[in-house]
Amino acid sequence: MTDLSLSEGKVAPRARRDIGLRRRYAAEARFRFYGIFAIALGIFFLLALLFTVFKGGYTAFWQTSINLPITFDAETIDPDNKRATDPGKLLTANYTVLARNALAEKLGIDVEDKANRADLKLVSGLISQGVRTQLRDIVVADPSVIGTTRNVWVLAAADVDSAHKGQIDLAVPEARRKVKDQQVEWMNKLSQEGMMAERFNSGLFTFGASSRPETSGMGVALIGSLYMMLIVLVLSLPIGVAASIYLEEFAPKNRMTDLIEVNINNLAAVPSIVFGLLGLAVFINFAGLPRSASLVGGLVLTLMTLPTIIIATRAALKAVPPSIRSAALGVGASRMQMVFHHVLPLAAPGILTGTIIGLAQALGETAPLLLIGMVAFVANYPATPMDPATALPVQIFMWANEAERAFVERTSGAIIILLLFLAAMNLAAIILRRRFERRW
Amino acid sequence: MNKIILTASAAAIALAASAGYAAARDQIQIAGSSTVLPYAKIVAENFGEAFSEFKTPVVESGGSSGGLKEFCKGVGESTIDIANSSRPIKDSEVKACADAGVTDIQEVRIGYDGIVFATDINGPDWALAPEDLYKALAAQVIVDGKLVANTAAKWNEVNPNLPDWDIAAYIPGEKHGTREVFEEKLLAEGCKATGALDAIKATGLDDKAAAAACIAVRKDGKAVDIDGDYTETLARIDSNKTGVGVFGLAFYENNADKLKVATVSGISPSTETIAAGEYPVSRPLFFYVKKAHLGVVPGLKEYVEFFLSDEMVGPDGPLAEYGLVAAPDEERDAQREAFDAGKTM
Repeated sequence: MTDLSLSEGKVAPRARRDIGLRRRYAAEARFRFYGIFAIALGIFFLLALLFTVFKGGYTAFWQTSINLPITFDAETIDPDNKRATDPGKLLTANYTVLARNALAEKLGIDVEDKANRADLKLVSGLISQGVRTQLRDIVVADPSVIGTTRNVWVLAAADVDSAHKGQIDLAVPEARRKVKDQQVEWMNKLSQEGMMAERFNSGLFTFGASSRPETSGMGVALIGSLYMMLIVLVLSLPIGVAASIYLEEFAPKNRMTDLIEVNINNLAAVPSIVFGLLGLAVFINFAGLPRSASLVGGLVLTLMTLPTIIIATRAALKAVPPSIRSAALGVGASRMQMVFHHVLPLAAPGILTGTIIGLAQALGETAPLLLIGMVAFVANYPATPMDPATALPVQIFMWANEAERAFVERTSGAIIILLLFLAAMNLAAIILRRRFERRW
Repeated sequence: MNKIILTASAAAIALAASAGYAAARDQIQIAGSSTVLPYAKIVAENFGEAFSEFKTPVVESGGSSGGLKEFCKGVGESTIDIANSSRPIKDSEVKACADAGVTDIQEVRIGYDGIVFATDINGPDWALAPEDLYKALAAQVIVDGKLVANTAAKWNEVNPNLPDWDIAAYIPGEKHGTREVFEEKLLAEGCKATGALDAIKATGLDDKAAAAACIAVRKDGKAVDIDGDYTETLARIDSNKTGVGVFGLAFYENNADKLKVATVSGISPSTETIAAGEYPVSRPLFFYVKKAHLGVVPGLKEYVEFFLSDEMVGPDGPLAEYGLVAAPDEERDAQREAFDAGKTM
């Protein structure tokens, strides 16, 4: 090398050996571009998804309501004045007519006049049928309200709500839409007077399933999902962690444990509907557990989550350096002490992350729940995990199949709620990992 | 921490193990047809509100066949009480039920449902006849007296009065009860009317095979099976403005601002024309009650009676408002009487 440069002197520039530098730089640039392109594509689709969901769903968090001065007329609620002796009277009274009369009065329609029957029907059409339970609950909670007048925000009917939000095309001929011209006129009047307004839709979180869009909510699904997540956590975390600790730290390495490992890995890839079939056969048909119960759902999802947790836990245990184990054994710890005092705390962040990701996966499952009867219309809150319930993704699926326009926005609204749940769980995973992370 | 988790999981396992001895079910369980589902939901909800002593029934979907399969699993707490169905129960299903110990089944007919053809609202008016549909959608058609594979590409090829649109029909998939009505009331009729039935028989097939050949739908992508719900069909029409979709009358009425309905044999579908029997494509809807559960599951008898009351299935009730075609007065009376008398199949 030195000889060569000396002999050529300073005159001629040194001929460089072709080491493909340009080609290699170009390849690197191309690879970087591919990477950026792939990430950009992913971000684009994510944003497109979020945009469509939020655009279609944010309106579901507001619900058109009508503020009515409702006279709790004793004549209508309890015509025979028997409520003192027979409280059941208050449950069966005709509350719908109270709201209708209050609204008709505001709109200047004479309730007594028989000629107004068609108009009165249209007036009833503005108010949600759910007003019956709403007013009944007010009266049952406080019977002294009978005979007085009170301002109550009642829900507007679903079609009125959709029209108020501009989701129904009012340009099409009247006969082709559910909201009539007269009703639109009244709606405008009520809106101008401030009696009709969009209010926060707390019912979306508290109501159970309903055939009327305006009174349907995710309440039962939230509770059902909560029960299932608790069952999954309480069962799959200890079982999964115990299984992985045994396999990783205690079990002899032989063909048997290899076989088990292969099977666990395969189980993680089994389609979730298969676990539903298993749940139907074992928990419902054999063990006699009730249909549609979140207990069965939780058990099925536990089976589904276990492989994920075992794989994550084993990876976390493997990542703990052998020097820690040697040191613990060297100072005289038993193997049990070594595992529980030294290895497990160091592996905890990985285990927690794996668990939470497994839970999030279970939270979004619908297919296995179909077969055990959880894809169902459930209106009553489940008191225990033994009662019928649904789950968040199931509620989305059910609403997506409904015919009414108002369910379209509710479907997207429900997706937003589910996404927020998942985001919260993933955030928890990150925080836990940061908090417990230890360097060695 | 670990101890708490261990204790809790032990408790959960114990709970799971003892669950077999749980108290009697106090909630009605219903499963079946997705066509009947919205009606069952409306009745279930009103039932829960009207009878405060009973819980609101749980209604699962899963299709007529799926519901009847669950129904026929046996008698007891972990089996359902009512199966909704958009078609009458088959003999094979009655037998499967009997084999599992479900011997006394009460059939309840709740009303009628119309099946409509609809296009995008901005399209031209459509007047369909069973012949047109047969010529456009069947696998084999008659051309010049000979049976050939269907090659029609545009609607105006099968009937000059129809628009110059590429044939794209979204029809219910084979697991739907609606498909059977579509085959029976339209394809089979059109097959007969166009003379294809005779031509098929002339090839040497027996009656049963000829009938099956008649209702075979072309498989070249012009007729698309929709296995999902009507919302999927609506989405297809939204994206293909020259598509024709099959819907239930109730679904169409809820989306009449987006869809235009076609007449069939000159009759426009409506609750009136279906109740009068003029509109050709309609079918009765049913549910089946397990008699052994009456009096055992609280509220079951009341639920069926409530369902059959004029307050619900009558022409002014909420079901009719949603799109169910109420049965004539005499038929409703007959259904109530038959249920009260405990008539089984």
